[in-house]
Amino acid sequence: MVEITDKPIKIDEVIKSVTSENAGAIDVFIGTVRNKTKGKTVVKLDFEAYEPMAITEMQKIVNTAKQKWSIEKIAVVHRVGLLEIGDVPVVIAVSTPHRKDSFDACQFVIDTLKETVPIWKKEIFEDGEVWVSAHP
Amino acid sequence: MTINLVLFGIAKDIVGTSRSLLEVEDGMLINEFKQKLVAEYPKMKDLTSISFAVGTEYVEDDYQLRHNEEVVIIPPVSGG
Repeated sequence: MVEITDKPIKIDEVIKSVTSENAGAIDVFIGTVRNKTKGKTVVKLDFEAYEPMAITEMQKIVNTAKQKWSIEKIAVVHRVGLLEIGDVPVVIAVSTPHRKDSFDACQFVIDTLKETVPIWKKEIFEDGEVWVSAHP
Repeated sequence: MTINLVLFGIAKDIVGTSRSLLEVEDGMLINEFKQKLVAEYPKMKDLTSISFAVGTEYVEDDYQLRHNEEVVIIPPVSGG
């Protein structure tokens, strides 16, 4: 399961999609919208994706992870649109025969997603807005 | 030749549009196009990085553009 959605992510369905009789572990990463950035109060986040390429890049990350670790299944779901504090922009679930691989692979997937997948977030403050990471 | 420029995030804000049909020199390389872009929109220079994709694949600086190609400006990504 590799998806971009503009609706709330159903976390239980993402987890269910990676269940496997061969798995001894499922590691789940849930990204959540934090209320502050560098001490400044965040009101909302606006996520935008170049969807076809985001899907392609997420699929590449999944394929690389499958080469590096012994993995049963991986799910990556990212949300786009306006999100409020506490909302969930991303869920990653990895099932593996042994738990260490699930932790390591899940961390690899979220770390690489943040570096390569064409998704952008704008932080909206009470007094303005800024594209995250745009400037050094 | 003509290229179809597609813009997202802060690049879209800087240029003021999400799509633009552009006339460029035949056989232009990505790094030449990048220089042209920065010259026209100096705010692009302040970004942490600018990458490019053609269609849905990242391309390197020495990629040679072709007529009618879809060129996507990828400003620093910030998903997750």
